[in-house]
Amino acid sequence: MSKLAENERYQRQISLKELGENGQQKLKNSKVLVVGAGGLGCPALLYLAGAGIGHIGIVDFDLVSLSNLHRQVLFSVHDIGLSKSLRAGDILGKLNPDIEIEVFNQKLDNSNALEILAGFDIILDGTDNFASRYLINDACVLLNKTLVYGAISRFEGQLAVFNKASIRAEIPANYRDLFPLPPADNEVLNCEEAGVIGVLPGIIGTMMANETIKVITGIGEPLLNRLLTYNSLNNRFFEMDLVVMPETKSMIPANSDSFKAFNYHWFCNINSNFELNQDDFERIMNDQDIQIVDVREQGEKPLIDDFKHIHIPLSHLKEQIPDMDAQTIVLFCQSGKRSLSAAELLSKHYGQSRKIYSLKDGIAGWQKNK
Amino acid sequence: MQVQIMFFGQLTDITGTPELILYDIPDTDTLQETLHQLYPALAQTKYAIAMNKKTIQGKSILSGDTTIALLPPFSGG
Repeated sequence: MSKLAENERYQRQISLKELGENGQQKLKNSKVLVVGAGGLGCPALLYLAGAGIGHIGIVDFDLVSLSNLHRQVLFSVHDIGLSKSLRAGDILGKLNPDIEIEVFNQKLDNSNALEILAGFDIILDGTDNFASRYLINDACVLLNKTLVYGAISRFEGQLAVFNKASIRAEIPANYRDLFPLPPADNEVLNCEEAGVIGVLPGIIGTMMANETIKVITGIGEPLLNRLLTYNSLNNRFFEMDLVVMPETKSMIPANSDSFKAFNYHWFCNINSNFELNQDDFERIMNDQDIQIVDVREQGEKPLIDDFKHIHIPLSHLKEQIPDMDAQTIVLFCQSGKRSLSAAELLSKHYGQSRKIYSLKDGIAGWQKNK
Repeated sequence: MQVQIMFFGQLTDITGTPELILYDIPDTDTLQETLHQLYPALAQTKYAIAMNKKTIQGKSILSGDTTIALLPPFSGG
């Protein structure tokens, strides 16, 4: 496209003296990836495409549904049942044919994340689950990419720019400096369960686009090592400094191999991954490097003498987790529920350094099986 | 010495209030114990703590009037 027409498209922002032609060129030269074309991703994408980001990537594997339309402002009823990323790509291409749009119609996971993210300068996280959020954060730290973070819950939003060093913040903060570990899966409701007002992701997603433009053009004060929260009910903003925590670094996979081996779903407590079925238990119970632990409270019956084990009630584990040397730890209780909680506790304590299992259906299942 | 505590997000479901004022709390460990006694469900929940608008981890001494913010993680998008 001719320089003249291009200038007409961006004329209103080029005429900002802080941005100017120089800033517009920076936007044109930049590569921005938006993960999740949902409530946050849609408004962010609209403004990024409008502003003339030269290369925009969109990752989403989901399909448009009717219940998305109150907040996912790219889509209409004609898009229901179609791929969000492909539709977003088409729609943005019509909004601004002068930019390149790259569509990744797939789920971002640790097998493809490093490869996909590597082609971009700035990553926007508009996903809707913790496994993706930790995965994207860790990948950005490994690849040294700036991460524009936005998240919402009901009427409140959070916004930050992670992993971007500056004069003010030489060591950049990342998501794990704020939340080192994910919450248990029953602690936090997603949009589907908790509900969300459509305007809120519109506001936070638009602010994510704004932070991105500021970072690229070097204007203003992006939220580096700061977190901003917004409450849409009382219009209160609250801002705080993010302090880089010394222990954060050790929690992030150190290289691409350990990143690819890290099970983010398991880490974020999708419980079924802890469960060990009775047959597999029988197979491994006499292994050398195994510690079997009864997590029932004192005095619970039946007493078990079929296999070697130790007894640490769940209530004690909640207070303190003792050192265990074995590589594999199998926890059991009466029905398999409390041992799942214990497995969560231990897995958070030991991270990837132990294989931790909960015996499915517990002692009740074991006795039935015998 | 006054400690103003602000609760964000779904933490207000537990506390029933977005704000609370406590007096003469020596450090953040004591503060958390006190809050967990007042609101037992808070002990089962993950949240970040900011003291005077700076995130902290581990025990910090509270001196003078202090603002504490308790922030839960949000996953929605």
